[in-house]
Amino acid sequence: MEVILNKQQLQLTVLRLSHQLLEAGDIPADIVFIGVQPRGVALSAKIAAHIRVLLNEPNIQYGILDITFYRDDVRQEFHTANKTDIPFSIEGKKVVLIDDVLFTGRTMRAALDALQDFGRPRKVELAVLVNRRFTRELPIQPDFTGISLDTSPDQKVKVHWDTEEVILY
Amino acid sequence: MQLSTNHLLGIKELSPQDISLILSTAQQFKEVLQRPVKKVPSLRDITIVNLFYENSTRTRISFELAEKRLGADTINFSASASSVSKGETLLDTVNNILSMKVDMVVMRHSASGAPHFLARHLPGTAIVNAGDGINEHPTQALLDAFSIQERAGSLEGKKVLLVGDIMHSRVALSNIYLLKKMGAEVMLSGPPTLIPVYIKQAFDIRVEYDLKKALEWCDVANILRIQLERQNQVLFSSLREYNLSYGVTSKLLRSIGKEIIIMHPGPINRGVEIDSDVADGTQSIILQQVENGVAVRMAVLYLLAGQTIMM
Repeated sequence: MEVILNKQQLQLTVLRLSHQLLEAGDIPADIVFIGVQPRGVALSAKIAAHIRVLLNEPNIQYGILDITFYRDDVRQEFHTANKTDIPFSIEGKKVVLIDDVLFTGRTMRAALDALQDFGRPRKVELAVLVNRRFTRELPIQPDFTGISLDTSPDQKVKVHWDTEEVILY
Repeated sequence: MQLSTNHLLGIKELSPQDISLILSTAQQFKEVLQRPVKKVPSLRDITIVNLFYENSTRTRISFELAEKRLGADTINFSASASSVSKGETLLDTVNNILSMKVDMVVMRHSASGAPHFLARHLPGTAIVNAGDGINEHPTQALLDAFSIQERAGSLEGKKVLLVGDIMHSRVALSNIYLLKKMGAEVMLSGPPTLIPVYIKQAFDIRVEYDLKKALEWCDVANILRIQLERQNQVLFSSLREYNLSYGVTSKLLRSIGKEIIIMHPGPINRGVEIDSDVADGTQSIILQQVENGVAVRMAVLYLLAGQTIMM
């Protein structure tokens, strides 16, 4: 077990990630933020809160997306469905998908499929807190990264939002 | 958490946890049905046969829509247009269909226990009961529960009245099982000839023959259809008389001095068990029940498909 980010480092990283998303421009009219269930929701809520403060704009478009019904392993493992809440149109918008750890890329593959059922975004980008390099099983890469981590596939990276730590097991 | 069963034969066989899981999964499917694309690919590797040995509009369409919106392939079978008329047995018919690589069977049958019989002989195939005789209609009870929750919050402690033809109603039996398991209170009302003593005893349930008093007691009234096709003896003198004693009218609803939720599993006999202005009024959630039926059936099929492959 190894602490990758402690509480202060995690907070700073999330704040920096929020700044980077702002630098990309067009906020708030044209950009929507979508956290991926279940573990991307805590991160995306924090990022959305930062962006509201940084822009002094309470009305940014922020939703959550559950990808359970789009998984490619529905016959191998049971997953409980979670809430999806996207109370706005994504048609023609830039969508920033937010998740905590990018590992095999399969969740993001499912998220891209799920997103299509809500409309046709102009562009989709991916922001992750931890980018695990060299473990990808699909050609998917993040556009915004909190930290990059070189790990082997049998290791586990977990973001603990209660204690605000990132730990490598 | 997964379902504790590989078939949906009746509410009797489900645990309260199973029921909660189905209802919470249905909640997510209800959201799916509001999207521009009302469809998910979860069951695209699954083929489902809808075996209807008895007529149905709502249930058959609802199951078929649920299957299609999960991405499953579907086959529809109705007994009247099949080799059943040539004397093929139920088990032979189903085995022939399954040999063409069908994964799940949704079945309605006029014989109580028919899906249980299939499940005993075909343990590896998920069987979904879409109504068997006068026994159970589990997906109807689940969608009723979902609709009550949606309108009134939790089922726990809710007072639910079932009115009418309890004896011939599989909807009633499934509802009684479900409501009891989920901590709701149940009362029956209707002519004594249509409320069998064994149901009252088996469930330790309250019966109130005065409809007005029963309506005053309840939060939700689920009004059942008079099933003339299953009645082979005279159990009340006329439909007119039934309507006068047990028909739910707007006048009666106004007289109880509170707003209750009105449900009906359909098809409605307007002017018999329920008057048109009640069925179409603001207290009625009859069409919401139908809408919710698709989401609830999607949840059942999705959860059962998850079980099949892992067996």
